[in-house]
Amino acid sequence: MTDTLNTAGGGAASPHPAATSRAAEPTTAEPTTDPHGVAHPEAAANQPPPGNTHPLRVVHTRHWWRWGFSAVAIFLAAQFAWSVATTDRYQWDVFAEYFFSPAVLKGLQLTLWLTVISGAIGFLLGGLLAVARLSASALLNSLSWGFIWFFRSVPLVVQLVVWYNLGYLYPKLGLGWPFSTDFWIAEFDTVQLISSFAAAVLGLSLHQAAYSAEIIRAGIVSVDQGQLEAAAALGLPKRVRFFRIILPQAARAIVPNAFNEVIGLVKGTSVVFVVALPELFYTVQVVYNRNQLVIPLLLVAVVWYAIITTVLSIAQFYIERYYARGSVRVLPPTPRQRFTRWVTTQWARLDDPEPDAGAGATTASTTHTAGGTR
Amino acid sequence: MSNTLTPSFDGGVFLGAAPAATTGLVEVSGVSKSYGGIEVLHNVTLTVQPGEVVALLGPSGSGKSTLLRTINHLESVDRGTVTIDGTYIGYERRGDRLYELHEREVLRRRTQIGMVFQNFNLFPHLTAIENIIEAPVALKRATRAEAIEQAKTLLSRVGLADKAGHYPRQLSGGQQQRVAIARALALKPKVLLFDEPTSALDPELVGEVLDVIRDLARVGTTLIIVTHEIGFAREVANRVVFLDKGHVLEQGTPGQVLGTPSHPRTQEFLRKVLA
Repeated sequence: MTDTLNTAGGGAASPHPAATSRAAEPTTAEPTTDPHGVAHPEAAANQPPPGNTHPLRVVHTRHWWRWGFSAVAIFLAAQFAWSVATTDRYQWDVFAEYFFSPAVLKGLQLTLWLTVISGAIGFLLGGLLAVARLSASALLNSLSWGFIWFFRSVPLVVQLVVWYNLGYLYPKLGLGWPFSTDFWIAEFDTVQLISSFAAAVLGLSLHQAAYSAEIIRAGIVSVDQGQLEAAAALGLPKRVRFFRIILPQAARAIVPNAFNEVIGLVKGTSVVFVVALPELFYTVQVVYNRNQLVIPLLLVAVVWYAIITTVLSIAQFYIERYYARGSVRVLPPTPRQRFTRWVTTQWARLDDPEPDAGAGATTASTTHTAGGTR
Repeated sequence: MSNTLTPSFDGGVFLGAAPAATTGLVEVSGVSKSYGGIEVLHNVTLTVQPGEVVALLGPSGSGKSTLLRTINHLESVDRGTVTIDGTYIGYERRGDRLYELHEREVLRRRTQIGMVFQNFNLFPHLTAIENIIEAPVALKRATRAEAIEQAKTLLSRVGLADKAGHYPRQLSGGQQQRVAIARALALKPKVLLFDEPTSALDPELVGEVLDVIRDLARVGTTLIIVTHEIGFAREVANRVVFLDKGHVLEQGTPGQVLGTPSHPRTQEFLRKVLA
């Protein structure tokens, strides 16, 4: 227990407890004493009333602002919880009724599907763009820059509407002679070719590609130049250098941002309602436009989005942990490990009925509380 | 392509008695190199015999590291040629023309030369043993199992048999550098280049790395070492080369160059370093 210093009394009044313990430290060489515990009379000599052998108490710094804000936060949370519990306008029964309804689940499925496809295409294309942007070829470099510039400039909603209405611009698409509209190999009606689903995937993935390209590029340039040099000196081929040496190290910088993007994409899919695609949000809108139960249905969508985000966040934790191997001496424990450790310590404490230790701990914590709340 | 690999290095991993070195001849002739108008190497000519140990000395900015990097073609040269056993690393000679080689071939030829860096440059996301087997496995020089066996031998050779599963950041600087040396040895190079291998180390860790290099010198690999350890150079090197501002000012046995330097620049440098 670090809280008791056997020097002159009136410790709580001492303005600098740390100074006291520092003064005590050099004198604690005696092997029988607890290194932080019992101090010697020399240390006590410079304390006001000498001859008193009461243990000195350490008063921990008080974080008034922290407590104040915590109190406000707890109050607001309680207020909100109370309002949720007492307002029946949330209509949780309606929420429950629709949460697993086939229409909502179908919308959810489409949302997930759009996320997976656009995310996959977006990150793949983004990776290529990033590599092109870093290549020595001026042409590839500027093409990639142009792509990123364009798709970061055009708002996603606008892009979706343009893709959906591409037929106004190019009524027919096909393969044929260059610089002509003589599509003798294959010809399609644009309206037929670009369904609302195709428009959504095109819009989302091109938009995503532009953003992920920059994220991936940032990750790659964050890897130390010496790594490339060492890999080249070992004669490792380009592909190996990129996939085995650079990318795993870049991943540490890429993963957190990439998950930001994917989570953004999940919610971003709700924008595709502009092309009348019945994903989660659109479905919910259709339902509440019919029955006017706006709030409970929006809650259905919100909770589903929150669930997806939660799953993704958990995945992010473990993926980040995987790529952190080697970069920290000891990996942070997973929640499960933390829980197991906590249970083990608690169990050990229960199992070890040493009265002294128990009493000491209790006294100390009482001291804490007393010092803290006074 | 005069790719005459001698069998002596293919079997053992630098264990046992020194073979009479027959490969690892490095010829640098008339090499010049400039960066943005500043000449870092000026008409450098240097021949390193198979099995010879050469220490490159000189003040910082003298071009020692650049010279080292031109030898394994990490840097290309503006003028002059560099060959290993008569082979160009970055070019193919046909008649009196040098044809630039494709990267694949450059990389293949470069594996004849190992390099050890000042900052170790171990791959931090791979364990010690994974660092060592990466190149032999990727280049299909060995199966994974063979490479692991070989890597274990190399690790025990540098005194780190028990650190195989450690990540670089769990090792001390000296241990990291020894792993880096083992990694460079895994491809059985004919020539080893050391770029200030002990400069980033705490003083008490320098010795363990120098011990390993000393061992290699005995075995008969060609070693070219950029170093500031004058004592070590005196002890291990067959020849000391002094560079300043891209010029080779002086070369000879350690006794000559370090004992009785003839050039005033060398004298001044040694006075400062040994002070």
